[in-house]
Amino acid sequence: MPLLQVKNLEVSFALRNGSVKALQDINFSVERGDRIGIVGESGAGKSVLGFSILNLISRPGSITNGEVLFEGRNLANLPAEELRNIRGNRISMIFQDPMMTLNPVLTIGTQMIECLKAHRQITDENARKIAIQKLQQVYIPSPETRLDQYPHELSGGMRQRIVIAISLLMDPEIIIADEPTTALDVTIQAEIMELILELCERNDVALIMITHDLGVISQITKQLFVMYAGRIIEQGPTKEIINDAQHPYTQGLINALPQMTVRGERLQQIRGSMPSLNDSLTGCAFNPRCDHAEDICTETLPSYTASGGCKVACHLVEKMKNQEVLS
Amino acid sequence: MLAFLIKRLIQAVVVMFVISIISFSIQDNLGDPLRELVGQSVSEAERELLRDKLGLNDSFLVQYVRFAGKALQGDLGNSYFFKKPALEVILAKLPATLDLVFGATLIIVFLSIPLGVFSALKPQSIFSKLIMGLSTVGISIPVFLTAICLIYIFAIELSWAPAFGRGDTGSFLGLWDTSFLTIDGLSHLILPCITLASIMLPLFIRLIRSEMLEVLQSEYVRFAWAKGLSPSRIHYIHALKNTMLPVITVGGVQIGTMVAYTILTETVFQWPGMGFLFLEAVNRVDTPLIVAYMIVVGGIFILVNTIVDLIYGLVNPTVKLIRSK
Repeated sequence: MPLLQVKNLEVSFALRNGSVKALQDINFSVERGDRIGIVGESGAGKSVLGFSILNLISRPGSITNGEVLFEGRNLANLPAEELRNIRGNRISMIFQDPMMTLNPVLTIGTQMIECLKAHRQITDENARKIAIQKLQQVYIPSPETRLDQYPHELSGGMRQRIVIAISLLMDPEIIIADEPTTALDVTIQAEIMELILELCERNDVALIMITHDLGVISQITKQLFVMYAGRIIEQGPTKEIINDAQHPYTQGLINALPQMTVRGERLQQIRGSMPSLNDSLTGCAFNPRCDHAEDICTETLPSYTASGGCKVACHLVEKMKNQEVLS
Repeated sequence: MLAFLIKRLIQAVVVMFVISIISFSIQDNLGDPLRELVGQSVSEAERELLRDKLGLNDSFLVQYVRFAGKALQGDLGNSYFFKKPALEVILAKLPATLDLVFGATLIIVFLSIPLGVFSALKPQSIFSKLIMGLSTVGISIPVFLTAICLIYIFAIELSWAPAFGRGDTGSFLGLWDTSFLTIDGLSHLILPCITLASIMLPLFIRLIRSEMLEVLQSEYVRFAWAKGLSPSRIHYIHALKNTMLPVITVGGVQIGTMVAYTILTETVFQWPGMGFLFLEAVNRVDTPLIVAYMIVVGGIFILVNTIVDLIYGLVNPTVKLIRSK
């Protein structure tokens, strides 16, 4: 049995005029020590997916279908107290913006110790020791003094390190990192990424990395899931997808990356923008932006086609492959 | 700390200067003080003589400098009516007014926080909707009407509480006469305090509710959930502390404003405080008393705001009043 298994997950937001589905038919599983990546544009549903694993979707959103099985227990309908025991303890999260994730009026120490105390019987003194130890693990200089400081006294990179230290406090099995470097300086981004990778490897923690940065994800994840308009449209081993993407959307994303070897050329971009969740599109959600779209794309929703080690939700995978071979 | 207090003191001087100019110009334009000082039988020539003697014919600037010079020595002139120093007359009435403001503040603090927090945590519940509905009603009813209704229901119909006056007072350490120390005094306090609180209470409930709703949506509260903290810790430690920051700021200003609101409440309840005295002074064109009232209230405002800023500095770590090291 996989450590975490997401089955047919569907998340909807109830609005005044009906509800919209932010996630549909999400299926994947995570093994111990796995590193998976979830990529997509803003609005593709990546963050919603991250939050829904811990059932942290706030009103008016809710999980309307499917299961999130963690060691066989379904987090989607677990009683609040049992769920609380898993959050921050077995599965923890790193948020996007370290400027916003730490409470401005509580000291770093308070925010670390309270997490330890929420999950086990421990004295303040021992909790402090563990907190210091975790701060050392994320290479924070003079951790003792940091504990008595407030978030505003620390830099963004430092704060994200503290958030990572908090996520490691209870030695979780899974860490969900929701764009952990987006809000940081480019020079610090790499450091933080390396740190997360190192800590996950050393502690045998499974990592679910959510990002829009393909560069980042290609370096650290083994499995890749590409999301578009609330669905996974391509999944498979990261290397295979980066080197030979099958779905036109993934190809577009990869082509849009700036290349060091080509100078003075315009970056390629995917024309148009992602459809709003309110739009009722039939067929493949990507068809209005797809250069290859045919009639069938606007009529029926594509199912997954196996291609190498990957699964691709596109009607035209076979056809495009044949063309490639011919040309 | 010291630097903060000195800065505050300089601000206070500026504010008091502005208040003194405003109140002095009012004095200068508020009818003829001679009419109150002397009877109708005094002839115009004698009046003119008296005006000269009192310096009322001097220019505005000369009069102001004279006024300010005396005011700095604590002399705000004699009340025309009481024939006693105006400041003394006002300060004698201060304890009664502060009793009222203190009582109303207690009511506001102990009701607005639980009600505001509850209606933020359970916005869909019927009780929350009831609180919100009643608070709209509370904001819209004028103070004197609330007072009259309370007197009619609780003093006249039910005779649960006295309708007017201050009742017995007890001495607090021999320094201060307060109604809080006797049963009779407390019973007299109830209705006026509720009346005074009725204006601010709905405002604070709504303020706390909306601040709390906003804080509950914040990333750090979401992160607190992701850490697996208990709901009570998230609500009362993480959310409430942040909610109270803007509430403290607004609260300081509003407590000051409440001192001014006592005018209406004290009048309806015949409460022997500063506000009641002020209204009488206006009726009698007792200008030194009016000026003294404005300056004392201005001073209270500054004092309350300074205290609130100090408290704010203690609660909010991002504000450093006290430079460490």
